[in-house]
Amino acid sequence: MQDKRNRVLTGTHFEMGNWACTEGAIAAGCTFAAGYPITPASEVANHLAARLPRVGGTFLQSEDEISAVCAAIGASWAGCKAMTVTSGPGISLMQENIGFAVATETPLVIVDVQRLGPSTGVPSVGLAGDIVQVARGSHGDYQIIALCPESPQEMFDLTVQAFNLAETYRVPVFLMADGFIGHMREQIVIPPEGELAIKQRKIPAGSTSPLERRDFQDVDVAPMPVFGRGLQAHVTSSCHDEHGMRNLSDPAVMHQYVMRPIEKIRKHRDEFVQVQADHPEAKTALVSYGTVSRSARAAARLARRQGLDVGTLRLLTCWPFPDKEIRRLAAKVDNLLVVENNTGQLYPYIKAEAAHACRVAFLGPQTLGQIHDPEFILSHIKEMIA
Amino acid sequence: MPQTDLTIAGVGGQGSILAGVILGSAAVTYDHKYATQTQAYSSELRGGFAATWVIISDEPIEFPRVTHPDILVAQAQDSITRFVDVLKPDGILIVDDDMVREIPDKIKRIFKVPATSIARNQMKAPVTANMVMLGALCQVTAVVSRQALESAIVQAVPKGKDRLNLEAFNWGFEKVQAP
Amino acid sequence: MSVSEHPLRKYTRRHITRTTTCPGCGIGTVSQAILRAIDELGLDMDDFVFVSGIGCSAWIPSPFYAADTLHTTHGRPIAFATGVKLGLPDKNVMVVSGDGDLTAIGGNHLIHAARRNVDLTVVLVNNGIYGMTGGQTAPTTPRGLTTITSPYGTMEHHFDIAPMVAAAGASFVARWTTYHPRQMTRSIKKGIQKKGFALIEAVSQCPVQYGKASKLGSAVRILEYFKENSVRIDKARAMEAEALAGKIIVGEWVDIAKAELTQEWTELRRKLREESECHKLI
Repeated sequence: MQDKRNRVLTGTHFEMGNWACTEGAIAAGCTFAAGYPITPASEVANHLAARLPRVGGTFLQSEDEISAVCAAIGASWAGCKAMTVTSGPGISLMQENIGFAVATETPLVIVDVQRLGPSTGVPSVGLAGDIVQVARGSHGDYQIIALCPESPQEMFDLTVQAFNLAETYRVPVFLMADGFIGHMREQIVIPPEGELAIKQRKIPAGSTSPLERRDFQDVDVAPMPVFGRGLQAHVTSSCHDEHGMRNLSDPAVMHQYVMRPIEKIRKHRDEFVQVQADHPEAKTALVSYGTVSRSARAAARLARRQGLDVGTLRLLTCWPFPDKEIRRLAAKVDNLLVVENNTGQLYPYIKAEAAHACRVAFLGPQTLGQIHDPEFILSHIKEMIA
Repeated sequence: MPQTDLTIAGVGGQGSILAGVILGSAAVTYDHKYATQTQAYSSELRGGFAATWVIISDEPIEFPRVTHPDILVAQAQDSITRFVDVLKPDGILIVDDDMVREIPDKIKRIFKVPATSIARNQMKAPVTANMVMLGALCQVTAVVSRQALESAIVQAVPKGKDRLNLEAFNWGFEKVQAP
Repeated sequence: MSVSEHPLRKYTRRHITRTTTCPGCGIGTVSQAILRAIDELGLDMDDFVFVSGIGCSAWIPSPFYAADTLHTTHGRPIAFATGVKLGLPDKNVMVVSGDGDLTAIGGNHLIHAARRNVDLTVVLVNNGIYGMTGGQTAPTTPRGLTTITSPYGTMEHHFDIAPMVAAAGASFVARWTTYHPRQMTRSIKKGIQKKGFALIEAVSQCPVQYGKASKLGSAVRILEYFKENSVRIDKARAMEAEALAGKIIVGEWVDIAKAELTQEWTELRRKLREESECHKLI
């Protein structure tokens, strides 16, 4: 067995997705986490509380989720790789300050172990109900990055990736897990420390005056003037220029305040938007993300066994929305069945990119809260093809 | 067998979920197979219902939900009420004979072990009933090797309690029988 | 002709040449008290991170102070500052914000930071009203005062901030008015030096909004009111409640040493590191 004092617990484990998420964060170099207890995300925070101080980090159990996200943003500006973890109700509370992280270009990882909503809903039952709220829930126009794991293994891999993306592009990055894989145990392989590519943010050198630096609004990512280094950083979420100085009167500054962080993500999206396809020549494709991708793949396999020409496309990145990838798929297939673990949150986006080229339909779970039975998907594939 | 789906169910406090974790861990860590383990339990952690679903396979597992188990391990009458109807028609039912009184006639492959009385009377440790059930499961189905299960038990239980639990496991392995 | 520069100008950003406060506002007095405290302690602005929220007082450090400044969302500066302090335990982290920001929308963070005893210095500017948004009732508005959202007089009771934060567990708590700039400076110095949560409540005049609501009018009249109605805490302790009605109790409520959060974390990490090194040797 691995020594639990190590940063990277290299080896094969049979543990929960929530455990894997914590280990991914620690392996990625996270040194600060804040969170408030909430089912089904609590195990991530519980495990972080035990692990972080052993690797030189800090865990704060906050008084609410608002405080958790704010403290994490504060710690990120203090130079820490920072995260917070919660479920849907917590995301709802965090929304205003998620916008703060967007506006101030703060690297931050937010883990959302989603559960059945609306409102208090069912704490222990997983459902991908927050997909749109993490992209559009804070006020104003903006873009974030969101990743969708389908297994405990990916709760490790994509947490590492989330930290790397947050640090590389100075953006909040969401890990959209759910209660099902968060609480599911499965094989988790953690590679040796040397095999993990870990990214660090850039920090400006030289001038101590923000007026002589570009601290914000560079589509190629401005170095981050973290606190405590005599950089006299000026950080505000109010409309500001590239030096961080508030400007509430110049329309050109207002335009770039909104647009540059959006353009930054759009410009670099090809570097990180990830989809996974199998049987790319098939004339019918199932598009899915997160836990139910496994149902979709199982259904496609059943279909092929029955002589039907069916493949799958899985979105590992759901934001920024993989529009090009959907268009490319739509050009090749006759039928596209969108399989989501909700009532159709990405369906309108997918339909908008695909409907000109092929037939598009949506399929939610037979019973919300129970991931799609492959047989259930298969019956709908048959209906669509017929 | 390429893939086996199991449900282990009981009431909170009987250790059904831990039994599922040990089973999955044995398969992955020591038998080098693939496994998934999920669970559900009532808000009251003692006395409510508790169930775990385990899939063990020679290949990577795609669909991780157990809808119709091949094997149902029932530690309480409530487990029969909740889960016996979804057991596959030729599925195996393994019950704690002390806790389960009524079994529907349609179930043909039944195995019984007096897990609660073994744990109480032989082991003087009622908490080991889940290990007795694991021993019985191992004997009846060999879904995971005995060696792997024993190693996983040693790893999962508190230090100093491994012999007690292995002994309970052995009782289950020896005493399970088809009525 | 030589132009003499204000002795505290060296602490502000060179390119910022005007403030955002109305004439007669108490914020200038509070800001000077803060900078004078730093000056008298001989500290460097590089040793500070300033965090503020939303409202007039939140503009004291941002954009003026030549230091790292974090201007946050409404009510949350203490939550942000807690993360900054835990990430930079060796820096002085100071929160400057108003009564609406820190006791209404952000009240929960205030009492929890005091409970945790995290080493922050909070300068809470209390003008008894919402200034920037147009003179609405605050949790600090005296009962009966007519404001734009209590046109028939406030029916609610107000928070007594300093003793509330003292009860929540702070290591240092003081209250002064802008009529007491020297005492305020002294308490801010103590607050900065205190290893623990320190609150300095600065009762301050808003001649525009509070002046109108209270009919006191000018800044001078409000300052005179502060002068005439302030009672030192040692005296107040011997007075009857009735005699204290409408009075502003000033002074220091708490000045104690107790376990502080960032030090506790540093100690825990050190202990675990030693344990791990021991383990490796074995």
